[in-house]
Amino acid sequence: MFYREAGTFKTTYAEDMALFPLPITRWSIRVLLVLVIAVVPLVLHEYYLSIFNLIFIAIVGALGLNILVGYTGQISIGHAAFMSVGAYTAANLAVKLGLPFWITLPAGGLMAAFIGVIVGMPSLRIKGTYLAIATLASQLIIEWIINHTPAISGGAAAAIEVARPTIAGYELKSQRDLYFFTLFFALVAIVATMNLVRSRIGRAFIAIRDQDIAAEIIGINIYRYKLIAFAISSFYAGVCGVLYTYYFGIATYEAFQIVVSIDYLAMVIIGGLGSVLGSVLGAIFVTALPVVIRIMVETFGGYIWDPAALSAVAASMRLIIFGSLIIFFLVVEPEGLARLWRNTRNYFRAWPFSY
Amino acid sequence: MKEEFEFLFSLVVSGLSIGMMYSLIALGFVLVYKATDAINFAQGEFVMLAGFICAGMLAASVPLWMAIPIAIIAMVVFSFALERVVLRPLLGRPVVAVIMATIGLAAILRGLPPITIGSQTLTIPLPIGDEPVKFLGTSLAQIQVLGLVVSAACLGGFTWFFMKSRMGVAMRAVADNQQVAMAMGINVERYFAIAWAMAGIVAALGGIIWGSMLGVDTQLALVGLKVFPVVILGGLDSIIGAVVGGLIIGVVESVAAGYLDPIVGGGTKDFAPYVVMIIALMFRPYGLFGKHKIERI
Repeated sequence: MFYREAGTFKTTYAEDMALFPLPITRWSIRVLLVLVIAVVPLVLHEYYLSIFNLIFIAIVGALGLNILVGYTGQISIGHAAFMSVGAYTAANLAVKLGLPFWITLPAGGLMAAFIGVIVGMPSLRIKGTYLAIATLASQLIIEWIINHTPAISGGAAAAIEVARPTIAGYELKSQRDLYFFTLFFALVAIVATMNLVRSRIGRAFIAIRDQDIAAEIIGINIYRYKLIAFAISSFYAGVCGVLYTYYFGIATYEAFQIVVSIDYLAMVIIGGLGSVLGSVLGAIFVTALPVVIRIMVETFGGYIWDPAALSAVAASMRLIIFGSLIIFFLVVEPEGLARLWRNTRNYFRAWPFSY
Repeated sequence: MKEEFEFLFSLVVSGLSIGMMYSLIALGFVLVYKATDAINFAQGEFVMLAGFICAGMLAASVPLWMAIPIAIIAMVVFSFALERVVLRPLLGRPVVAVIMATIGLAAILRGLPPITIGSQTLTIPLPIGDEPVKFLGTSLAQIQVLGLVVSAACLGGFTWFFMKSRMGVAMRAVADNQQVAMAMGINVERYFAIAWAMAGIVAALGGIIWGSMLGVDTQLALVGLKVFPVVILGGLDSIIGAVVGGLIIGVVESVAAGYLDPIVGGGTKDFAPYVVMIIALMFRPYGLFGKHKIERI
């Protein structure tokens, strides 16, 4: 009901190009920033902060996948593999060469982007179905290669332990320290994506998604832009993988199996394809939902299932609920949570009048 | 030299028999793609579901001769319902939407068994012996021979169906051009439902055979991962392609596992088919027998 755009006039180019042109949005963003930067980490218990940390990491990955699936219209069922590329690159650099996180993090992202381009080169000449199957293949092949190359995976268990990141000699150990670490990268990723999708490159992506033949006719080099989309998306995925590695203190391929790829697809679909806000909402939803499911199953599941099997039940419930939500949103509301939010906002725009 | 050759020969024979059983699963995929242009990423989960239905019946002491028809009918009903509730609303939407919907479906199906019947492995004991059948100096398990026969019968039956029967011809018309088929008085939506039902039947047969060979648990769904190399190699819309692709992938997998596993330490079986698939995608993305209608950019 406070969403008002009347009375805002743009008198300079800077105002016209601002990320948030309306005062109401700017104010709500400021309030939100104060909340997440100052209030949340001081008020909440470490356990809740750990959920926030996972959400912030997921936001980075979801934004990357949304650039590819939502904005460029290319599907990838192998995104977790690119995360593992980033994770193992950073882990190897950090352990073998002792490099700090501000080098390993972009290095992990760049390596993932490089592998993404290699995978993309044969795959992007084909569309839709074939691309989906090709990325599925890349997921399995990358996983197998990492698992079977001791030089990358660091031995039989295919897991490398990594020290927590240090800033100016201070080691980020507690969840509260890591909260600011992950929050920073999530914010950078959000702002970068918002700017990317309204740039020349982002508009080319959207043109390719909407009508690839028309896009080619107006002079967009489709193959090149698809590769760029794949590279940027893999870069995000790689950074996301590096963040996971630093957060958990270990790089293991088990954290990046095909189930994770599907989780991220669920994020962008439930949140909303082709929307930055959607990626954020989807990341929050998909990360927080398992926690809720686990609590529900642990509280009430004992009446139905064997108490010893409850963790397996919670995992299955999670699969079922995610699958149902994916189908539900695809059939009923393809634009996801972001659209629901827009509908709510538009309803209150002229409230209490109907238009 | 002779032992060397015999080793290779036995690998090829077991590869061919496994490959024929891959073809059976790939067939369900091809039937749906041919008629409706929809990609079913849940084919492996279909097979798993059918296995669970059949094994669950047997566990409830229903005799085998009743459990098999019930499993088939249940899969047909399930496929009809699925087409109606999930796939039909997605008609005309981007291909990504259908792919994602079937991935969601796969997640649901994989989550269902542990919360309904628990996570133990069920068995489907078929009335066949354990003694391997001797064949040209190598031996095959009887279940593999049975799988071979059922697969061959299915593939032959569906080839006849598409070539000769009225329904099959109508279905090919739908696959070829939906609008023209509609103009000729063919009820396109009905044939979409029939295509899914046929995929359900094939999945039921596959589930019974694979289930009795590997045991029925959620791992059974992993055979679905082998479907993609098979159909890409053979051509997404070709039944004969599913057969040839299945045989090639079966042999590649078996030979690669026989020679490479000792060197790299296992896992080649799951990896080699996808390498073949990537090569196929690079040089012949429409597959060996598929229609050359792929769009390149």
